[in-house]
Amino acid sequence: MIDFFDAFGAAFALIVGMDRDLAEIVWLSLRVSLTAVAFAALIGFPLGAAIAISRFPGRQAIVVALNSLMGLPPVVVGLIVFLLLSRAGPFGVLGLLFTPTAMVIAQTILITPIIAALARQTVEDLLTEYDEQLRSLGAGPLTTLQTLLWDGRFRMLTTLLAGFGRATAEVGAVMIVGGNIDHVTRVMTTAIALELSKGDLALALGLGIILITLSLCVNGTAFVVNDLASRRYG
Amino acid sequence: MSRPGTILPLEARDLCFEADGTRLIKNISFTLQAGPKTAILGANGAGKSLLLRLCHGLIQPTSGEVAWHGAGLGDPALRQAMVFQRPVMLRRSAAENVAYALKLRGIDREERRARVEEALKRTRLNRHANRPARVLSFGEQQRLALARAWALRPDILFLDEPTASLDPSVTRTIEELILALHEAGTKIVMTTHDLGQVRRIADEVLFLHRGRLLEHSSVEDLFEHAKSDAARAFVAGDLFW
Repeated sequence: MIDFFDAFGAAFALIVGMDRDLAEIVWLSLRVSLTAVAFAALIGFPLGAAIAISRFPGRQAIVVALNSLMGLPPVVVGLIVFLLLSRAGPFGVLGLLFTPTAMVIAQTILITPIIAALARQTVEDLLTEYDEQLRSLGAGPLTTLQTLLWDGRFRMLTTLLAGFGRATAEVGAVMIVGGNIDHVTRVMTTAIALELSKGDLALALGLGIILITLSLCVNGTAFVVNDLASRRYG
Repeated sequence: MSRPGTILPLEARDLCFEADGTRLIKNISFTLQAGPKTAILGANGAGKSLLLRLCHGLIQPTSGEVAWHGAGLGDPALRQAMVFQRPVMLRRSAAENVAYALKLRGIDREERRARVEEALKRTRLNRHANRPARVLSFGEQQRLALARAWALRPDILFLDEPTASLDPSVTRTIEELILALHEAGTKIVMTTHDLGQVRRIADEVLFLHRGRLLEHSSVEDLFEHAKSDAARAFVAGDLFW
C-alpha cells in the first residue's frame, strides 16, 4: 500500500515537472491518435452518411456488419496490419512496420467503423425528419448528404471524440504494429504495460492519470458541446 | 411575384396509390387551373395528404400520372413549393433556412440576400433573422416555412394542414400570408378539415372520402348543393362513415 502511495507521489512529480520522457510519450500518443481520427473521419463520415441515405439490396446486412465492427478487437486489427506491412506481406516493401505510420494505419482501421456507424445513425435520424422537406426543395443525394452532415455537426463532434477515446485507450494494435520502441513508437498505453512489467509504477501511474484525465476531458467536452448545441439550435 | 409563364394547369389522371396492398387513393382524376385557391377537404384518413404528396411528386402513384401542362418552362419540380403540417427547420438561423432553399434552386448570392430580406419582412420575421430557426415558436416556424416558400416564388404552393396545431390568432396570420401569396400570383392548394377555413380561404374544393374524389366544385356549390351523401354530411357537421 505504501508503494502505491509512493508511486502516486512520484507520478504527480513527473507530471508537474513535465518529465521529458513522459511528455514525448504523451505527444506521440496524441499525434498518432489525432491523425488516425482525422483519416477515419474523412472515410467514416461520408461512408456512414452515404449508407444512411441510400437504399439498396443488402443494406441491412451492411449496417449490422458496420455496427459489429465497432467492437473490432484491437489485437486482431494489429495482427492483420502487421501481416500486411511485414516484409513478406503485400505492403512490406513500404517499410512501415514499427513506425508511427503503421500505428496510425491500425488505429484508422479500428475507429473508422465507429465513426461510420455513429455517423450513419445520426444522419438516418436527421433524414427521417428532413427527407420530405429536402426533396420538396429539390435537393439531390449529394446535397442531402452534405446538409445532413452539417446539421448533425455537433453530434458528429461527439462521434469524433468517441473515436479519439477509443484510439488513445487501445493497446493491442499499437503494441503489435509499433513494437513499443523507445523514442520511436512508444505511446501511453504501451508504455504503461511495459513500465508495469518492469516495476516502474511511477511512470505507469503518471501515464495512467494522464489517460484518465484525457478521457474525462473528452467526455466532458462532448457533453458540454451537445448541451450548448441543443440549447442554441434545438 | 411569380416568374412569367406557369407550369399549370395540373392534371391528375386516374391516380391510384397503394401501400401494403391497401388502396389509399382510388382512381382520382381532376385538373387544377392557375388562379383559384383550391382546398382539399375531407375527414382524417380520407387521403388528403397523400393526394397532395402525389401532386407534388414526393411519392409516386401506383398507377395513373400527374401532368403539368405549362410548356417549355423547364423542370416543373423547381417551380413548386410545399409547406408541411409540422414545419421542418434546419439547424441554422431563420435567414439561413430561407437562403438554403434559394441556393438549392440556383439563385445567386446577391439575389438570395434580397429575397431572404423581402420574405422575412413579408412574414414579419426580420427581427428573428439571425435566431436559430428551431428555437422559434411553432407559429413563428410555420411563418418561416411560408417565408421560405415566398422567397422561392413558386407557381404553385402545396400546404398540408398548415394551421392544424395553431391557435386562432396565429392561424389568422398564416391565412393572411397564404392570401398574400395568392395575390402575388402563386396557385394555392391546401388540405384542411376545417370548414371555416375553407370558407375563408378557398375558391374551389376537392372533397375526398376514403380515398375517392367525390366532389370537385366551387365552395358555394359544396356547401349548398353537394352531390354526395358524404360531402353533405361533412358540411352539415354530421358523422358519416
